[in-house]
Amino acid sequence: MNDTELYQRLDAVFQDVFDDDDIHVSADTTADDIEDWDSLEHINLISSIEDEFGMKFSMGEVTEMRNVGEMAELVKARATK
Amino acid sequence: MLTALNYPFDAKLIMRKKKALRRELLADEGANAARTTKKIAILGGSTTENVKQVAELFLLNNGIAAEWYESEYDQWYEDALFGNPELDAFAPDVVFIQTGTYNLRQWPKMSDSAAEVEAKLDAEHARFEQAWMALAGRLACPIIQANFEPPYFRLLGNLDAVDYRGRVGFVNRLNQRFCDYAAAHQDFYLLDVAWVAADFGLSAYQDRAQYHQFKYPCAQEAIPHLAYQLANLIKALFGKNKKGFALDLDNTLWGGVVGDDGPENLVIGEGTGDGEAFYDWQEYLKLYQDIGIILTVASKNEEANALAGLNHPECALHPADFVNIHANWEPKSANVKAIAAELSLGADAFVFVDDNPAEREIVRQQVEGIAVPEVSTPDRYVHDVDRGGWFETVSLSTDDAGRVEMYKENAERKKLETSFSDYHDYLLSLDMDAGILPFDAVSVPRITALVNKSNQFNLTTRRYTQPEIEAAMADPNQITIYGRLRDKFGDNGLISVVVGEIAKNDPKRLDIVLWLMSCRVLKRDMEFAMMDELTRLAQERGIERIYGHYYPTKKNAMVKDFYAAQHFQKLSEDEKGNSEWLLDLRTGYKEQQDVIKVN
Repeated sequence: MNDTELYQRLDAVFQDVFDDDDIHVSADTTADDIEDWDSLEHINLISSIEDEFGMKFSMGEVTEMRNVGEMAELVKARATK
Repeated sequence: MLTALNYPFDAKLIMRKKKALRRELLADEGANAARTTKKIAILGGSTTENVKQVAELFLLNNGIAAEWYESEYDQWYEDALFGNPELDAFAPDVVFIQTGTYNLRQWPKMSDSAAEVEAKLDAEHARFEQAWMALAGRLACPIIQANFEPPYFRLLGNLDAVDYRGRVGFVNRLNQRFCDYAAAHQDFYLLDVAWVAADFGLSAYQDRAQYHQFKYPCAQEAIPHLAYQLANLIKALFGKNKKGFALDLDNTLWGGVVGDDGPENLVIGEGTGDGEAFYDWQEYLKLYQDIGIILTVASKNEEANALAGLNHPECALHPADFVNIHANWEPKSANVKAIAAELSLGADAFVFVDDNPAEREIVRQQVEGIAVPEVSTPDRYVHDVDRGGWFETVSLSTDDAGRVEMYKENAERKKLETSFSDYHDYLLSLDMDAGILPFDAVSVPRITALVNKSNQFNLTTRRYTQPEIEAAMADPNQITIYGRLRDKFGDNGLISVVVGEIAKNDPKRLDIVLWLMSCRVLKRDMEFAMMDELTRLAQERGIERIYGHYYPTKKNAMVKDFYAAQHFQKLSEDEKGNSEWLLDLRTGYKEQQDVIKVN
């Protein structure tokens, strides 16, 4: 999976979770950039990403990741689908 | 209805797309107009936001628009016991207490005596019971309490269920106490989380990471299953249940096509796996009669062939089990509508089961509001239908068991009716007698049930909780009556409810705020018997004027001219069709029927 494909799939998850087709994420995107990205939606987002890519984040990672780039690195390392 | 929200649903998809699903549900303006609004308070011992969001989707999909109150995290006990101004002002229609095994504090220790463990059990139960009593005293609305999922470890292994110090046994005993409480108290309902967890798979249900980090009541992907059960209970409480089945025959009730293969070659009963599966499924359907759910047939078949199939000795279901059999070559959607009309039910009160996906799709499109489960293979039919939640039963009354008989008796009455040329003579031949009485305690559950599910013969479609019915019964400024009707074919049970309110500033004025009747006694002059009795009671109280009100809904057009037929004068009608009517008793009142003996 190259970065383009990875980010396309991430976009699709973000668009579903936040119900906004205009969302496009990049490595620098943070919770501040997306209006509805609060702690509850963060959990839904994490679960949907885990499901999309067939992988798991650890408990610490869920709360410590600072931007989409860090999230994407973890996904890339562990994705099974 | 969104199929994404019908069982079997994709829980992960619902969690991912819940915002879009909500938007889609709210974009349906026809559905919005038909929805009723209910206020739901969730008092949580865990995070409630997700459960709320997903339950809202299921409720919207079933005609209920929910407004919500949520307690602060883990404030269920404080909110229940001490209340707070926000919750009290919210005045919920129903309260859900979302607690679980994670909220238990006093676990048994291995050093405890049996008496010490019993005291801990008492203490845990008492904490909940205090909350229920306080809520019941302050809010007068139904309470739904979650029970406890099994603990996530078993220190003693299998003995954990046996030894008095085991946590599994402790939770089991506490759950039994909750059941006992629910069975003994009106307006208190159990949400069986222990079953939800078992059905989902206990290991997957208890996601400890989700609990440690976010205080979720269960794994994220189990939340739709929990919310689904909550929504099913709520919709049952507010009368959104189905009333019967419309069933296909070939490859639905048995394997094979009776017209082609002949009844002797049908796959049903002992001998083959499929035959046994079809038999199990028939037995399952047969059980529904005991809780008042009717069975009908909508099949493309010659009637003689359909009956030959149902008379197969290996069938669990026989022709007499069906209230109505439509076997012909009309479209099934037309047959379902015809069955509904003959039984004076709405077509949306049915669950249509057919193995053929094309037939399912046509019926889904042609019959608004009907439930059409996506059944898979014969061995799964029971499961597929059982999980639909259409017949969630909040209480069982003695009338329920007799209801199927009543529909059958009605079919007999129809036959008799055709043998009379004069309708009045026919009514006289029925030997009807009615009991028309003020509300009494023993009838309250049935009155509440009828009030909340009657849609067609209902002038104001006002809904009441059981405490509200009890309050009306006790209020000296209200005249409350219910009617039961018997005839030579049987007892129709409690079938009509009327509430009149005496105006506070005008003791000679009575407003009829509730008037409804079950459609199974249509055209029996029962509504006139009720009016005669209401008028008699009103005159005893010195009432001079009775005001009637008609509020149109999508379903109650049949009573648009009800008050005209009752000789009321129309006073006004607004642009929405709401009308007000007057019966002036000062000019006298003449009894309106002579075919029913009353009291």
